[in-house]
Amino acid sequence: MPVVGRPVQRPGRPGLLEKTYIPSILKGMWITLRHMIRPKVTMRYPEETWRLPENYRGLPALVRDEESRVKCVACFLCEYVCPPKAIHIEAQEITTGVEKGPRIFDINMLRCIMCGYCEEVCPEQAIFLTKEYKTVGLSREQMIFPKDKLLAMGGTRPDPIKKWARLTRAQEEVRGSAGAGQGAPR
Amino acid sequence: MMETPAPPRGDHAQMEERHALDQWVMTTRLADYVAWGRKNSLWPMPMGLACCAIELMAMVAPRYDVARFGAEALRFSPRQADLMIVAGTVTKKMAPAVKRIFDQMPEPKWVISMGACASSGGMFRSYPVVQGVDEIIPVDVYIPGCPPRPEALIEGIMQVQRLVQERARAGRGTDPPGRRTPASAGT
Repeated sequence: MPVVGRPVQRPGRPGLLEKTYIPSILKGMWITLRHMIRPKVTMRYPEETWRLPENYRGLPALVRDEESRVKCVACFLCEYVCPPKAIHIEAQEITTGVEKGPRIFDINMLRCIMCGYCEEVCPEQAIFLTKEYKTVGLSREQMIFPKDKLLAMGGTRPDPIKKWARLTRAQEEVRGSAGAGQGAPR
Repeated sequence: MMETPAPPRGDHAQMEERHALDQWVMTTRLADYVAWGRKNSLWPMPMGLACCAIELMAMVAPRYDVARFGAEALRFSPRQADLMIVAGTVTKKMAPAVKRIFDQMPEPKWVISMGACASSGGMFRSYPVVQGVDEIIPVDVYIPGCPPRPEALIEGIMQVQRLVQERARAGRGTDPPGRRTPASAGT
């Protein structure tokens, strides 16, 4: 059976120059010198920060629309889909029009793994992952973010569909035309 | 005849003198001085148990370079460390070792719980995983993320530095062991 490959031999005895260690020392010093004149790679973090990509997934946050309505309608889909079950929602009826809204919307940021499933599943585009990645906390209670804090983090995102306004208008038209016996215009 | 100098001028001269001395002399309290030394030479014990440890290594590497905060000397012996960074999933099997290593660290000592798993169990809501390392050891700083970025860990180390200073101000180097009860389970 033929031998494939060739085994490596041990290096021979060092010569006279090798025995003085001068070539090895010079080689080592050359490596140190090369690192001295190389461009610096360190990012001075608190002063300099990294430019995050557009699709960076940081801490999740709730958003409002242009009319400062809370977009969330407490459908519980994000709570259902959340792999670590970091989201806790309690719903309530709301007076601003059509549907319900969250009374309590807590996200345990220590459970959250920033997977983005909540953003993906949300039918109202009410929850988004921000680019926030520097948050640290001193206790577990402090890291459960309530609704107000999440809304403050999320800010405003415009709602191009304007479903709320459309549904509110439709409801008002139904009420107004109920006496005339007409159906609701679609 | 006008022997008495004007009092404002005397005060002013005194102030000038004190100001000149302040340029060369700085006074502080011993506790503050010790805390200053401590917080700028934290020696972390890398309790790397899972993927968070990769980010922990990235923090020590040249790009983020935690040596700028004096915390680059990762000590693999708990006897030489004073900051335990629990990075990763703490299983029930590993928990006694984590607890023991924490107990072997000399006082004063601090703990950073890095990432979702160490802080609360994260997505591992299951029987073999400790639901938060603060059930077995007292945690000072929690860092969310899965895993957190190295910047977040640097942020945590800066928070520990602030804690060191604040506790020195409050007159306690670190809380005595009896008072540092682990946080209650839940959530």
